[in-house]
Amino acid sequence: MTQSDQPLSEWTNKAYRRARWEQTFVHYLFLAISFVTILTTIGIIATLAIESQHFFSHITFSEFLTGTKWEPLFEPKKFGVLPILWGTMMIAFGACAVAVPTGVAIALYLSEYAHPKVRSSLKPIIELLAGIPSVVFGYFAVTIITPFLQKLLPSTEVFNAASAALTVGIMIIPLVASLSEDAFRSVPQSMRDAGYALGATPFEVNLRVVIPAAVSGIMASVILAFARAIGETMAVSLAAGSSPNLTLNFLEPIQTMTGFIVQVSMGDVQHGSIEYQSLFAVAGMLFIVTMIFNYLARKIVAKMKQAYE
Amino acid sequence: MINLNLNSNATTKSEHPLLDQKGNLGKRKLKSYIFAFMCFLATVSVIGLIAYLILDTYLQGSAWINADFFTNFASRMPNKSGIKAALFGTIWLLGITALFSIPVGVISGIYLEELMKRGYFHRFISVNVSNLAGVPSVVYGIFGLAFFVRMLGFERSLLSGALTLSLMSLPVIIISTREAIAAVPSSIKMGALAMGATKWQTARDHIFPTALPGILTGVILALSRAVGETAPLIILGAVSFLAFVPQGWNDGYTALPMQIYTWVSKPQEEFHQLAAATIIVLLGVLLVANSIAIFIRIRSRKVKL
Repeated sequence: MTQSDQPLSEWTNKAYRRARWEQTFVHYLFLAISFVTILTTIGIIATLAIESQHFFSHITFSEFLTGTKWEPLFEPKKFGVLPILWGTMMIAFGACAVAVPTGVAIALYLSEYAHPKVRSSLKPIIELLAGIPSVVFGYFAVTIITPFLQKLLPSTEVFNAASAALTVGIMIIPLVASLSEDAFRSVPQSMRDAGYALGATPFEVNLRVVIPAAVSGIMASVILAFARAIGETMAVSLAAGSSPNLTLNFLEPIQTMTGFIVQVSMGDVQHGSIEYQSLFAVAGMLFIVTMIFNYLARKIVAKMKQAYE
Repeated sequence: MINLNLNSNATTKSEHPLLDQKGNLGKRKLKSYIFAFMCFLATVSVIGLIAYLILDTYLQGSAWINADFFTNFASRMPNKSGIKAALFGTIWLLGITALFSIPVGVISGIYLEELMKRGYFHRFISVNVSNLAGVPSVVYGIFGLAFFVRMLGFERSLLSGALTLSLMSLPVIIISTREAIAAVPSSIKMGALAMGATKWQTARDHIFPTALPGILTGVILALSRAVGETAPLIILGAVSFLAFVPQGWNDGYTALPMQIYTWVSKPQEEFHQLAAATIIVLLGVLLVANSIAIFIRIRSRKVKL
């Protein structure tokens, strides 16, 4: 069976067949393993759909979507999703109002102004900040940011939307900065040079050339950041409180969809109860909203790649 | 001196009308400098703010970190509280999560990038993976609650927690594995294929070893994200107070981020300080993990040169 006992051609044939067989085997094995991700998606959609269906056999769809009272824990129970949807949007918009200008400014600094050495040491730091767990930001919000806001605006309540929005905003700055910076760096240098050749200052080149050229990348980063803010849980549930509240006042407590899920989970929920089912309806809503935003972001990124590659 | 001369020259009337117009370059340059400074200020202030937040947390919590803190269980009395159960819970979770997510994630990544035929189905799986990467962690938690806790009957055990965290980490590991493989020079791949190696032999013997540092970096980052994750654990029923160390995969558990959450939601100042101390431990663990990732990245760059 050793190599020297038989003609070389027979040995190579054998080795070749073995390799082909191995290739086929590995191919199917790996294909099966890759299916885990597809099964996960199917599983998520199926569980959300089935339990939500139970939920919607008690509460009508229109009652859920248009109701203005979310009182699932007191009798009579009311399941109008608008207050917690509104709370989620308040946090997401507030966070983006903080994170987008700051994140884009950081991206501009890193890509257009910073010395390459400064840039290469600051970029990892920004990315490291993105790795701080959200519960840690929850701690920052409760113990540092809320007391600070209370000192600044005495009418701030202990739990308030402003502190949560500000904290989530700080959390998503690294995301906006990192993705926008990629967009700025993909703008061809020749476009900047053309601007400078016409006598523009760096500010004018950035405002009239670099930002418009990178606008789809910036938009994609904003949409992804928005989706992150919608799904953000710990900082929000710690800082914003748990009072579903249709308000415009950022100094009052509110509740988000994610905050509701945590509140119900911290208590003991009976399997099969309507509170248990409402978790799935809210999670389903969250899933759909984030999917839409991710889809939009991907479309925009694909468009941007077509433009410059 | 020279400036004065120039000014006096400018006052004399020149031949061309355009040359008479007063330039606004000074103003525009000033605007440009101010804008550049604002961008710089944004960068410095965000890094400074987060540094301040972490420093303040360190000052709040450092006094609580001593040997007892690591060997005591959580308790109603702050002085006797420690993170033993949470620390062991996190180690258990991390171990089981790594056991599931690393093989499945790395294999899926290699398959998608290197072995699978490009086509409609390939596109479908790729889009699906990037979709999963954007699903909020609470949704994974809710799925885990319905599937692992109820349907498969794993109850509120380490196993359901770790499996949920594994599914959550998978997309991140797959995407970073694919990126690491795509960064391997195509000459290596072409060389192996030209010598008659099958695609699988090429992937196993040449591409995988070359991409390994990049893959490891991605795995470390994905797992460190899983370590800090709290929301799914709350939904899956990790307990707030645990007076024992989990002995196996079917035991109840708590984890460091869960412990932080429990202590932050208490009103007493002492518990907030305990939370700060736990945050120091958690961030310390994450910092070490990230440093290892960066170290691997730098080392692999040197080897290539």
